[in-house]
Amino acid sequence: MASSRTRGALRPDCRAVLVGLGLLMTALLLALAPAHAQSLDDTFAAAVQALDARKFSGKAEAVEALGALDDDRAISVLEAFADGRLYRRKADKLVFIGTRDDKTYILTNPVDGTEIGTVASRAVKRIVANNKLRGQIRGVLGQLALFSADPDTRRAAAENVIASPSDDSLPLLKRARDRETDAGVRATLETGIAMLELASDDRDLRLAAVAALADRSDPAIKSALEQRLLANDEGGFVEPDAEIRATVQAAVEDIEDRLALFGLAENLIFGLSLGSVLLLAAIGLAITFGVMGVINMAYGEMIMLGAYTTFLVQEIFRSSLPPEVFGWYVAAAIPAAFLVAAGFGVLIERGCIRFLYGRPLETLLATWGVSLILQQLVRSLFGANNREVANPDWISGAVSLGGGVSITLNRVYIIIFSLVVVVALAAFIRHSRFGLQMRAVTQNRGMASAMGIRTGRVDALTFALGSGIAGVAGVALSQISNVSPNLGQNFIVDSFMVVVFGGVGSLWGTIVGAFSLGIVNKFLEPVSGAILGKVVVLVIIILFIQKRPRGLFALKGRAAEA
Amino acid sequence: MGPISTRLLALESRRGWATVMVFAVLALVVVPVLNLAVPPGSAFHLPTFWVATLGKYLAFAILALSLDLIWGYAGILSLGHGAFFGLGGYAMGMYMMRQIGERGVYGNPELPDFMVFLNWDTLPWYWFGFDQFWFAALMVLAVPGLLAFVFGWFAFRSRITGVYFSIISQAMVFAFMLAFFRNEMGFGGNNGLTDFKDILGFDLSRDTTKVGLYIATAASLLLVYFVCRAVVTSKMGRLLIAVRDAESRVRFLGYSVTNAKLFVFTLSAMLAGLAGALYVPQVGIINPGEFAPAKSIEIAIWVAVGGRGTLFGAILGAFAVNGARTYFTGAAPEIWLFFLGALFILVTLAMPRGIVGVYQSIRSGQFKDAIGRRLQRVDA
Repeated sequence: MASSRTRGALRPDCRAVLVGLGLLMTALLLALAPAHAQSLDDTFAAAVQALDARKFSGKAEAVEALGALDDDRAISVLEAFADGRLYRRKADKLVFIGTRDDKTYILTNPVDGTEIGTVASRAVKRIVANNKLRGQIRGVLGQLALFSADPDTRRAAAENVIASPSDDSLPLLKRARDRETDAGVRATLETGIAMLELASDDRDLRLAAVAALADRSDPAIKSALEQRLLANDEGGFVEPDAEIRATVQAAVEDIEDRLALFGLAENLIFGLSLGSVLLLAAIGLAITFGVMGVINMAYGEMIMLGAYTTFLVQEIFRSSLPPEVFGWYVAAAIPAAFLVAAGFGVLIERGCIRFLYGRPLETLLATWGVSLILQQLVRSLFGANNREVANPDWISGAVSLGGGVSITLNRVYIIIFSLVVVVALAAFIRHSRFGLQMRAVTQNRGMASAMGIRTGRVDALTFALGSGIAGVAGVALSQISNVSPNLGQNFIVDSFMVVVFGGVGSLWGTIVGAFSLGIVNKFLEPVSGAILGKVVVLVIIILFIQKRPRGLFALKGRAAEA
Repeated sequence: MGPISTRLLALESRRGWATVMVFAVLALVVVPVLNLAVPPGSAFHLPTFWVATLGKYLAFAILALSLDLIWGYAGILSLGHGAFFGLGGYAMGMYMMRQIGERGVYGNPELPDFMVFLNWDTLPWYWFGFDQFWFAALMVLAVPGLLAFVFGWFAFRSRITGVYFSIISQAMVFAFMLAFFRNEMGFGGNNGLTDFKDILGFDLSRDTTKVGLYIATAASLLLVYFVCRAVVTSKMGRLLIAVRDAESRVRFLGYSVTNAKLFVFTLSAMLAGLAGALYVPQVGIINPGEFAPAKSIEIAIWVAVGGRGTLFGAILGAFAVNGARTYFTGAAPEIWLFFLGALFILVTLAMPRGIVGVYQSIRSGQFKDAIGRRLQRVDA
């Protein structure tokens, strides 16, 4: 056991310095800190220097010794060693990490990580490792990560060990657990220990391990437990004790129940997030369809314009504003996208749609023409390839919900954002003067006109509003999908289905339609696959409108006859 | 015999018959002669490439006719006609796929290459019978017809009209596209059906086969034109026009709007299927791209450009728009979508009755009258 011997030789002196200083007063510690660091550096440098041993056995001992230092700097040195980037400078026999640059090497000091200059390739000699040594280095690296100063690294290392468990990692895990200060990482380590102890010879240990694992909800743990229930070659079971088998069985069932619950929650959340995307994409369509009875096939392109506006705003922020405010480009993009899309909306309405009122099929074709032109315009200006829109820091990342379920933050933001947009829109329609006029025109155009409402103006503004919301939807979509000239096309059929399903001209219908389609889609996906799920949803909608041809929340009375 | 021949003669006016005959001779005689009889060096020789291109346009013209029949005469704008066209094409493609036999890359006498590639060991049940031409020809009409009947029955029964019908039919074709992209469907997935070798024993790569297919398509177009003509000049045709212009009134008068629409929609789907079946051997491939919603919408613009509600206009429009596409995709591909988009807008805004409408108003003197009236007003 070379490692424990060297550990015994090196550790106490570090500890002694630490403990000794700790027992003295803090001021003294502060005063002596550089000196202490100095001694740590010296130890580390000596350990690195030892890697340059003549024989592989010597190198192996040095690797273990370096690992035993529990020093994060050892990670980069060992990685360099395994990759063949560790060199001895012939002049002074010192060991450095080298990066090859054509015929010269850039040397880095392994102790403080500083670059110390370039040397010719003849001035250095590579310190070679063989395959056996590389395997050993990987093991030591894994251990080092377990004792790293960074809790996230420790957690990742612990999960690594658990994912490929072997019996000799048990003492290692136990040692790591005893030292662990972070509660989360500690729990992970405990889980790993319990999984290994499932195979222990001691009956009580096994029982305790099962008890410890029973309240976890992780598919890996479930399969580890199920492993114990299998029959072995000799006709018995892997787990010899019948009582423990019963406990294991109960634990497996518990975990299965919880996993099913988590799966349900996951589907529900994914469905909600898909639903909110659909909601954002469809709500503007529902307004224009409801008020004007007009199908705007260029609606998807309004979304696309919103996404490209986001891209432009991002580029402006990146090039001309300080990097601290870059994260807020999304906030600036929302009004910009609204204005750009609304502007295009007014153009389309004034320049084309207004001549076609009362001819809905022709409107459909004309707006399709507009959509083709806009797509090709964007393709000519920005190119056919996807444009990269970066998620700001506060949007990226994920929240873990346990049980292997995690949801990315951008999806959470989209759910919140779509609800904010809908609530704002509903309030606007309900309380503003323009909203009142809009509702009047929706219900009875002729009567509204007779009451002095300028229906043409209401039409134009409604179209602008609907298009603007599509632009805002484009901002949201740019955060979760690719920004390409075809962006709008991908959503157009889906958003039409939402409107048809929910009922034309009804905010409630759109909300219920979007969320139910989103959730049904996500629940069908695991059963039938993503594409077939979509086909099934389309068939369901076609059948559904048999019963309610005007959608879930149909307008009643005269307005329905329009 | 008497009444039938009278009825046939009454399909067109004297002038109409003359026009149809001119075009029929042009398409069925002049084009093949220019290709086959005129030596290749001559200035009058028509290269086979152009014959094949014209054949493609003729198949599109059949497709346009089928849409004009329901949109122009019954007011049903289907944005899912590509589904019927595609299904007809797939039925023909399946026949030609079975004809490949052992000449495929894997040399399997029973299974098409893509099935061997997917490690399938038996032919799916819906591929049976497609080794017989008569069966495939039947399916070319029956499958789209059945789909249209079921879809139409659901839609017309619950009185889904106007843009609602358009959107739903678009969703239908979209669903077909998604479904046919899947390899598990057994239609070749992404790549579709291709690598055809021969049809009815004729080698597809030979020029004479191409001209033969062209002639078959031209003859079919002539036949389809007369079928459509027979429908729109019949009592049923008048009922359809009445449905288009005042659906509720027709219903209140005691006619079954549902049945009338269902009949014409099913017929139209079968014609679209025929168009697909004629199109596929000429281009040598059928893939799920034919089900793209954009392609289905484009059929509507062919009809609109020519002039809807005039069968002749649909044919004219199919030739005009597809000719423009061939020109633009060769000369300036990036302009094509601008052109097509502008066409959609201008035709709906400025010439709602299409080329035929403009021609008619010039001929009937309305155009001159309108100008004349304006001049008179200036005088007064």
